[in-house]
Amino acid sequence: MCQPELRRARVQAQRLADLARLRRVRDRIDREYAQPLNVEALARDVNMSAGHLSRQFRAAYGESPYSYLMTRRIERATALLRRGDLSVTDICFAVGCASLGTFTTRFTELVGMPPGAFRRQAAAGGADAVGAAHDAGSAITLEGMPACVAKQVTRPVRNREAPVAEQPLA
Amino acid sequence: MDITIHATSLPHDDPDASLVFYRDVLGFEVRSDVGQGRMRWITVGPAGQPDTSILLAPPAADPGVTEDERRTITEMMAKGTYGWILLATRDLDATFEKVQAGDTEVVQEPTEQPYGVRDCAFRDPAGNLVRIQELR
Repeated sequence: MCQPELRRARVQAQRLADLARLRRVRDRIDREYAQPLNVEALARDVNMSAGHLSRQFRAAYGESPYSYLMTRRIERATALLRRGDLSVTDICFAVGCASLGTFTTRFTELVGMPPGAFRRQAAAGGADAVGAAHDAGSAITLEGMPACVAKQVTRPVRNREAPVAEQPLA
Repeated sequence: MDITIHATSLPHDDPDASLVFYRDVLGFEVRSDVGQGRMRWITVGPAGQPDTSILLAPPAADPGVTEDERRTITEMMAKGTYGWILLATRDLDATFEKVQAGDTEVVQEPTEQPYGVRDCAFRDPAGNLVRIQELR
């Protein structure tokens, strides 16, 4: 192999190793979202600075690790709210959020209504009623869908925050 | 018509590492192993179910795949957004304990999902997502 080719191969191998490292960070968020994770700690564990991790993560996945973590927490919160046996505050802490204010704000942005309203609606009409209010989930039946697909379908989507104008009166 | 699902494929980037995962960690039997180096095609599957297999295959082996496409595929594998498979077991907790006892990367602990299933998830050595659902 000639020199430029060798160098290209080395650069590409390094790039794949970096991406695999980002994958481990993302998987760790998925697994440990309920822990008091923060970007500094995530970065430290893969020997990066917080700023570098955030930039690299965003370049690879289209959102910052903090945004990914909050989306994961809100996703889990919607699941717990549907159960109906836990208070909003309990759920906020159960999914790893330390601040009820931040939790409520981000939840409302992603889902289109505050967690309390979501919980009441889930209790009143079951998951379908909530699904109808949920931008992405409106026409989708999850019954019979492979779990991994259902998980992707029900996950709140960054940059697809529920439109404010369509926010139902709750 | 009488059609069975015979085999599905997952990409590998290190055939030996993938072989160890599917054979030694998940306990699948190896049904065939052909090729050499990175160009290896390994057929694995659960004992007692000879009609269904997973083919561990080199990604982008089709000569029609361009260099750019090949790069994209290997990068997606590395960042974990390319291949995935859904498996199932009667005893999810025992399976989870066994799989996580090795140095397998865990993506999700056994969790009750709002859509009525309980599942967990791992990464295989090539970055494929392996989700395991509880049969009930």
